[in-house]
Amino acid sequence: MDNIKKTLFDKVWDAHVVETVPDGPQIIYIDKHLIHEVTSPQAFAELEARNLEVFRPNQIVATADHNVPTLDQEKPIRDELSRNQVEQLTLNCRKNNIELYGLGHPYQGIVHIIAPELGITQPGMSIVCGDSHTSTHGAFGAIAFGIGTSQVAQVFASQCLLLDKPKSMRITVNGKLNENVQPKDVILYIISKIGTDGGTGYFCEYAGNVFEEMTMEGRMTVCNMSIEMGARGGMIAPDQTTFDYVKGRTFAPKGEEWTEKQAYWQTLKTDEGAVFDKELTFDASQIFPMITYGTNPGMGISVNEVIPVPQNESEEKALQYMGLKAGQEVSGIEVNHVFIGSCTNARIEDFRSAAQYIKGKNKSEKVKALIVPGSQQVVKQIYEEGLDKIFSDAGFQIRQPGCSACLAMNDDKIPEGEYCVSTSNRNFEGRQGQGARTILASPLTAAKAAIEGKISAFESLN
Amino acid sequence: MQKLVVLKSRAVPLPAENIDTDQIIPARFLKSIDRKGFGENLFRDWRFNIHTGEPNPDFVLNNPKFSGEILVAGNNFGCGSSREHAAWSLTDYGFKVIISSYFADIFKGNALNNGLLPVKVSEEFLKEILEGIYENPNNEIAIDVELQSVSFKDTTETFELDSYKKICLLNGYDDIDYLISKKQAIEQFEQKTQKYEQQLF
Repeated sequence: MDNIKKTLFDKVWDAHVVETVPDGPQIIYIDKHLIHEVTSPQAFAELEARNLEVFRPNQIVATADHNVPTLDQEKPIRDELSRNQVEQLTLNCRKNNIELYGLGHPYQGIVHIIAPELGITQPGMSIVCGDSHTSTHGAFGAIAFGIGTSQVAQVFASQCLLLDKPKSMRITVNGKLNENVQPKDVILYIISKIGTDGGTGYFCEYAGNVFEEMTMEGRMTVCNMSIEMGARGGMIAPDQTTFDYVKGRTFAPKGEEWTEKQAYWQTLKTDEGAVFDKELTFDASQIFPMITYGTNPGMGISVNEVIPVPQNESEEKALQYMGLKAGQEVSGIEVNHVFIGSCTNARIEDFRSAAQYIKGKNKSEKVKALIVPGSQQVVKQIYEEGLDKIFSDAGFQIRQPGCSACLAMNDDKIPEGEYCVSTSNRNFEGRQGQGARTILASPLTAAKAAIEGKISAFESLN
Repeated sequence: MQKLVVLKSRAVPLPAENIDTDQIIPARFLKSIDRKGFGENLFRDWRFNIHTGEPNPDFVLNNPKFSGEILVAGNNFGCGSSREHAAWSLTDYGFKVIISSYFADIFKGNALNNGLLPVKVSEEFLKEILEGIYENPNNEIAIDVELQSVSFKDTTETFELDSYKKICLLNGYDDIDYLISKKQAIEQFEQKTQKYEQQLF
């Protein structure tokens, strides 16, 4: 039986199966449960209505990120509904003995940024959160995925979920990446090739030298957007890069425990000869800096291409919403907003790459450029490294941590009809505000757009 | 959870593809701490003029010709965010069944956890249903959960439904009840794998 070849996903999944329901799903044990203010209140209410207690409060971490303001976080939140939700989270955490990194706490930030940077996220774990971008944590070789509020309540009550094992898929990208291509471009390229439902029903492993050579920040950007191709989650086998990142972080194992854990983590890779339900391969040299031109993340092209002819009514409607035409060059589209932030691209590496490009330049006068760090720790790094000076000299605003203009639940909204080059993950209609037009891109491409006031290709492409 | 056994109803056609959960319920309406009341903002920015707030006469939910407890939608329904508010807004509005040729994973799970049945049909059948409703909005669709069948005019297709989920739906059970009944097995698993000793705080 030991001869069965297993994928990385199989190994981690199988280690978390409590029991299999006859003819039904499996009971999967959840190691870490991350919660935030928007998708947890109804789950706490459900527990209370059933007179149940939180089963394992010490495996839960809470933060306030989705609807918090990015200005004046020290003051009470002005929006009554947002304030109420954040207060409710505080109350629920206090009542149930759950660790909360709320506003003002040095660990506060976007849930998918803080868990890795605190060492809460570790290889081989099962991690859930009521947020679809939980797939981010798969970068460490963990099984991590987003859940609905009913499931949040299930994990509260039992530290488990009832799940059908997803199918397996592997995306391999080998070769040398072109100049100015960032991890965001790699994942936008993949989604543009397989579509927003190309991964539905699958858990995806990313393999090949391109991912092996990426930093943890880059791997997180890639895994983060797995959900945008429909996949429940993405994973990358843990290696030395992973171990070096985790080691020494606040909640990382220490001493003997570290040695033991690392020995186990080293076994977490797909066996030679293991079979996937679906395999896709891409050539790194074909990937160029990407942007999206439509209203789903699959509608992406390289910055030096022209907008393709719509293939159906939905695509036609998308172009109409975006105010763009088939055959039009994307390079040259004038923009009024640039947002560098979100769980996809608000880590220190993202700001370093943007700052490196911006240094010594000024943003275009017509552009409002927002830098929204992913966490208080990232804010600290930005100031320690002097990036704040580069950003402010160039005319960028540096805000306080939160999800911000990615989903515009707070005041950071893009006005109707205006274009925003955004390092976030979704360009859905109205995502950044009613009528807002979102163009997804990497931090580098976004920084360039802020300086030039338009989308433009890098010289080496021409 | 609301149970669902059989349903015969007129249906509302919404053939757009890749309808994401931001369209079903925009993020600015997620600030409630209750599960109720989301129906009034279902498809908010398609349903109402974003400037005047007036109902948009072109949108199907504002067209008195169409009504019913079944929504028939284009391919890849419910993609995007994991917000269960999407399922809540559909049930709160009065839908009990969604028919499409493809559903996004998280939405499908959320729907089933709320007694909202996602029925996956073939692309041909979806087209046939949509055409049939436009032709005569009084045409009804019949759903039988026990038989896992969906019938419209002369065509019947069977749809996939996990046998465990079927029992839940037919009886109105939900996963919490089941998981709590398994507490002993879960605690044994924790001991065996030393999970409990690895707590964070």
